[in-house]
Amino acid sequence: MTPNLTYVATVGVLFAAGVTLLLERSLTRILMGVILLSNGVNLLILMGGRAGGAPIVGVTPQERMSDPLPQAMILTAIVITLGMTAFLLALAYRNWLLVGHDEVQDDAEDRRIARLAERDEGPAAIDDENGDGAGPPARRGEVTEPP
Amino acid sequence: MTGLVPLPVVMPLLGAAVTLMLAGRPRAQRAVSLTVLGATLLVAAVLLVGSSLGGPLVVGVGGWAAPLGIVLVADQLAALMLVVSAAVTLAVLVYSIGQGLADGDEETPLSVYHPTYLVLTAGVANAFLAGDLFNLYVGFEILLVASYVLLTLGGTENRIRAGTTYVVVSLLSSMIFLTALGLVYAATGTLNLAQLAGRLDALPDHLSLMLQGTLLLAFGIKAAAFPLSAWLPDSYPTAPAPVTAVFAGLLTKVGVYAIIRTETLLFPGGRAADLLLVAALLTMLVGILGAIAQSDIKRLLSFTLVSHIGYMLFGIGLTTVVGLSAAIFYVVHHIVIQTTLFLVAGLVERRGGSTSLDRLGGLARLSPLLGVLFFVPALNLAGIPPFSGFLGKTGLLQAGIEQDRPLAWALVAGGLLTSLLTLYAIARVWNLAFWRAPHTGMPDRAQQAGQVRESAQRPGVMLPRLMVASTAALVICGVGLTAVAGPLFDLSGTTAAHLLDRTPYVRAVYPDGAP
Repeated sequence: MTPNLTYVATVGVLFAAGVTLLLERSLTRILMGVILLSNGVNLLILMGGRAGGAPIVGVTPQERMSDPLPQAMILTAIVITLGMTAFLLALAYRNWLLVGHDEVQDDAEDRRIARLAERDEGPAAIDDENGDGAGPPARRGEVTEPP
Repeated sequence: MTGLVPLPVVMPLLGAAVTLMLAGRPRAQRAVSLTVLGATLLVAAVLLVGSSLGGPLVVGVGGWAAPLGIVLVADQLAALMLVVSAAVTLAVLVYSIGQGLADGDEETPLSVYHPTYLVLTAGVANAFLAGDLFNLYVGFEILLVASYVLLTLGGTENRIRAGTTYVVVSLLSSMIFLTALGLVYAATGTLNLAQLAGRLDALPDHLSLMLQGTLLLAFGIKAAAFPLSAWLPDSYPTAPAPVTAVFAGLLTKVGVYAIIRTETLLFPGGRAADLLLVAALLTMLVGILGAIAQSDIKRLLSFTLVSHIGYMLFGIGLTTVVGLSAAIFYVVHHIVIQTTLFLVAGLVERRGGSTSLDRLGGLARLSPLLGVLFFVPALNLAGIPPFSGFLGKTGLLQAGIEQDRPLAWALVAGGLLTSLLTLYAIARVWNLAFWRAPHTGMPDRAQQAGQVRESAQRPGVMLPRLMVASTAALVICGVGLTAVAGPLFDLSGTTAAHLLDRTPYVRAVYPDGAP
């Protein structure tokens, strides 16, 4: 079918808002972003099929029937997204329980390696300092400590 | 014969329901899971034989034929992937049962593990068997939702942190996939793969290129191809060892499988070949350079996983029978080897109390068995002859040389360099964790109590038998790949030829849609 401009604009706005929210650090906002994005995608799928009357034989003449397949796909997608959002919400809640906020955290190990690289030590430093097997390296406390 | 096709999906799902009902009875749960996965392996093997002899096996679910109905298609590629995935999931299940027994799960069983694990295998099987794009999406979602639960098992802070990244990235890739589905349907009016094969050809070039790009983006995230790979090393290592193992072995390969399927069936002609080749080169190099920087075995292995996805993309990007055949061989090899290495990392964690390279040492002396279990698949991964990694890489390099153009030569050079650097990375693990003098901080010296560690005087015994046995079985499987490399290469060769030819698949599923 020929796309309806209102639909297209709505899909565009939903996508844009969804992506913007996804870039936030707070999980609740990411969740909102996912919901907006999924609604945008569902509308997009709906646009792919013909609009018309109820696709039931005997109720609507065949040439004026809407395409039921995109609607069936959207139903499936809605159910799946519902489950996923519920899980993400649970994750955000658990995160809040554990650390007191719901922000996405950095990978500690990544940071540690980045710091080693900054000091130009790299993994070789680990090799050397432990090559003799003489106990834990003196630097370890400093290295593994959260910043 | 076609009646067997839905079983790899249906049996694990039913098994999941049954194990969920048996929540308080771990012994019954274990029996059900083992039976189901064992039966799945058998069915998958029969499907492989059947599809090799008589062409793709097609089932229209509910009696609805293609293109309207949902079809499940077991062609050689799908059946081969099913066999490997069933074997690997079975081995990992045995491993996790061993771990559970050793940790005393008998009293406080984690009742959700078995159902979720079975749902995961059902999702993987569904993705392999899917005959239309939407069912492929559903398969992905089933395996993803199971993987979310498995990744965040226990809900500790670390796992929640890693799980968050994983869930958000996966959700995003699912959204992109879904968008691609909507666009494909709007452009062609169908989602059946066989019918799409004909209809996409008729589309204007720019339109089908856009569809191809969107699908590649979605699958690229799932397959962890650079630059879409950053989520993987961040999220996999924190999960329990068996979970990481099965994720590393299977989940990214489902993405690779989807790329193979769509690139050969829907978008033939190799329009995206150069893009894939460049992505492959960058994936290999960035992945392995990341691995070298790591000081934790699990993270290091995660980076090598990313790096070796590059080899598979290399083979797919060549779009020749030889290249694709080598890529399929490499997928099979890599599923087995990567899973094995992560299982070994789990054993190392048990024996040494950590997977951090600065806290390990002397494992080869403390537990020679563990040394062997690590050494063999590690060399296999690096591609030392006569292991299957060597054969797979040789196939890929040969296919690259045959193409004889600058980009292919760059890939050949990159592949050799990556192989060398992989050897360096795992040699570092070997030297630090296994070969040097035992670390003073190691648990056996500090005499950390605990029922598992009591028999520290007899190395190897303190590791739970089932865990060692399943890991050893996978190691032997990995070595066995060398023994069956000839027939396997023949199989992957005919599979690749059929994939590039397209007609056997299309004719079996939807004869009217032949391109």
